[in-house]
Amino acid sequence: MRLSRLISLGAALALAGAAALAEPAPRRVVSINLCTDQLAMMLAAPGQLVSVSPLAADPHSSAMAGAARAFPANHGRAEEIYLLKPDLVLAGRYSSRATVGMLRRVGLRVALFDTATSLADTRARIAQMARALGREEAGAALIADFDARLAMLAAPESGRRAALYHPNGYTLGGGTLADDILRAGGFGNVARDLGQRGGGTLALEQLVMAAPDLLIRAQPLPGASRSEDVMAHPALERLAAATAGLRITSPDWICGTPHVLGAVATVARAREALE
Amino acid sequence: MTLLSLGNLSVRLRGRPILSNVTLNVGAGEFVGLIGPNGAGKTTLMRAALGLLPHDGESSLAALPPEARGRRAAWMPQARDIAWPVSVETLVALGRTPHLGGWQGLRATDRAHVDRALATMGLEGLRHRTATRLSGGEQAMALIARALAQDTPLLMADEPIAGLDPANQIATMAVFARLAHEGRAVIASLHDLGLAARHCTRLILLGEGGIAADGPPERVLTPDNLARIFHVTAHYATTPQGPVFQPLEVIE
Amino acid sequence: MRPLAPALAALVAALFLASLVTGPAEIGAGEGLRALVSGGEGPIPLVMREIRLPRAILGLMIGASLGLSGAAMQGYLRNPLAEPGLIGVSGSAALGAVLAIHTGLAATFTLALPLAALAGAGAGVLLILMLAGPRGGSITLILAGIAISALAGALTSLVLNLSPNPYAASEIVFWMMGSLADRSMTHVWLALPFMLGGGAALLGLGRGLDALTLGEDAAEAMGLRLARLRLTLVLGTAAMVGAAVAVAGAIGFVGLVVPHLLRPLVGARPSRLLWASGLGGAAMLLAADIAVRLILPERDLKLGVLTAIVGAPLFLHLIYKTRGAQA
Repeated sequence: MRLSRLISLGAALALAGAAALAEPAPRRVVSINLCTDQLAMMLAAPGQLVSVSPLAADPHSSAMAGAARAFPANHGRAEEIYLLKPDLVLAGRYSSRATVGMLRRVGLRVALFDTATSLADTRARIAQMARALGREEAGAALIADFDARLAMLAAPESGRRAALYHPNGYTLGGGTLADDILRAGGFGNVARDLGQRGGGTLALEQLVMAAPDLLIRAQPLPGASRSEDVMAHPALERLAAATAGLRITSPDWICGTPHVLGAVATVARAREALE
Repeated sequence: MTLLSLGNLSVRLRGRPILSNVTLNVGAGEFVGLIGPNGAGKTTLMRAALGLLPHDGESSLAALPPEARGRRAAWMPQARDIAWPVSVETLVALGRTPHLGGWQGLRATDRAHVDRALATMGLEGLRHRTATRLSGGEQAMALIARALAQDTPLLMADEPIAGLDPANQIATMAVFARLAHEGRAVIASLHDLGLAARHCTRLILLGEGGIAADGPPERVLTPDNLARIFHVTAHYATTPQGPVFQPLEVIE
Repeated sequence: MRPLAPALAALVAALFLASLVTGPAEIGAGEGLRALVSGGEGPIPLVMREIRLPRAILGLMIGASLGLSGAAMQGYLRNPLAEPGLIGVSGSAALGAVLAIHTGLAATFTLALPLAALAGAGAGVLLILMLAGPRGGSITLILAGIAISALAGALTSLVLNLSPNPYAASEIVFWMMGSLADRSMTHVWLALPFMLGGGAALLGLGRGLDALTLGEDAAEAMGLRLARLRLTLVLGTAAMVGAAVAVAGAIGFVGLVVPHLLRPLVGARPSRLLWASGLGGAAMLLAADIAVRLILPERDLKLGVLTAIVGAPLFLHLIYKTRGAQA
């Protein structure tokens, strides 16, 4: 009896020690990046997330614009964030290095999140966020749900090709999240076939010659700009008329969050319409 | 035939009266020398007569529409502008501008006038040279040739012989005199009173805001006028070679 | 003089054809030209008719506009340094265009854009004439040009930065340096009437500009109506430069380089230089647009960069030459 009690005591002590040594979950979290904003809003415990970036409430950029309005916005400035007294700051790999450096210098903990460049990456980001927030259980549940929905949507290679065409002729090629969304929806990517990796420009001529089955463009933005002129180009309109037409991206496409499945669903539906 | 008629012409520049109530007529056959001290208003009178300056009173030239005026009178300003490195021939041919209509180029008659003007001023050898590379005197000659090519009944020139060598000065004055003799009229402002006396048929002396004297040279270049307007004494003599005139001393 | 017109015209025609067969899509020259003429459906006729043809036409028209208006301004100001880009006319046109786009005016009726650019260009020309009119020398002209360019550029930047559209802020490069990429036949029809009207007006100034060689006084006495010439110059230049900038942004130095190179070949006569510069400008811009697609095709190299690389050294050379002669 005494031995088992000793062992229990020892185990309890070890556990307590381990618990004491492990980082406690952060109580005040500030996010300064659109993608970390959204993941944090999905995974944080009530009251854990204190502030998000202004883009989170912008319906053109964020898939959770409504929810984001509940949180006060910060503008990514070091002094502003410091005054919020967070114990963790969530930032993107490409957040201003000066800001991140300053935050670390004043003793704040900053967790950096890489941009998701594929669906697999998205799962990794969810897991990373869950760990950072000390919400591993919620994270595991979210990942399981993600996998299940993806399995339902996933489509085989259909031989169809899509092209992403944004103002200024901007397109996304291989090694990007948008490219992986297309693949999951059953489409090839014209830009990737032309050797484009990452974001880049696609000449209108090349787009026309490639004759994609599906044309995907961004939402028109408020105000007017010359950059968006090309979206009204007659050649593009003729192309759209001859293909499966135009689909419009939404904020679902931007960040590596479970919302990308909405984008995959849109693409999959377009492919079905083509059959 | 009257080629220029001015009636009560008055000009104010920057609020100051320069000329008041100038009335004169210039007819065919006259070579008029416009003389006077600096600032008397010689240039102002000619420009106002041409309609290039706002004025009160009448000028027969200024009353004409611009195109007709260009065929009636040729004007050679004091500033000898040649803006571009054109050939002398092209420069002289610019004088034919008032006679060209629409989009046409130079006709045979135009070229004939250009050739005659070049020959008269002795510029045949410089025909193809770049006008801006000539000496100051040669440029002046070319610009006079331009005015000649314009083939107008009246020729008005502002200090046309300034900066020319004696031979060219005398030759140019002879050209003007000959034009007058042929039935045209020439009005030239001059500082060289000696040449004016020798070649002009009539002198108009400007001073004190108007015309101080008007008539043949010997009646205008009196010691009285010279003292009053120019503040100089001079030697005037009639010689077998024609009148000789030389200013001598400044009167304090 | 005689062989110059046909030679320039032949050069322009050759460059026009070369522009039609240059592009990122791999289309053979013969195949492309045949598709252009015979039409039909499919990607090749679409590329040729909707993408390459408008680009070539605009290159020709805009180059001609910049060359012709440069020659006209130089003829009137009697200064070889006068050029729509340098003296701020292109910059003012760009300001007009940007205001039309970002206040939403351009969306209300299509002609609003070129008209706004025309108004901007007109204001620029008027300012230059006021500040550095014919009696002003080179220094005054360049200083006035710097002032107008700086003001127009700053205001353009301001308008772009205040726009709610996130793309606007980065468009300053297009407006300041110019590009013919992704233009369509819509832009051709938009610009054509202004350029044709302005061109006809400016070509009619030939005789008057010739007469101005003798100075304003002598020219006026020969029958030149100076006020009318000045008004025609302002409106004609505003129309041509305004339309060009509205469609392709501000492209500089064409109106400087072309008249300078062709002046000796036309005997320095301003009237001949007008049409020669129109043809020469078309050739220069077509060549630049072809070069832009051959050098660094993946990046949208701006036309203004190439024309500046050629034109700025020439500008420095001209300043060096005139620094003793004129004040």
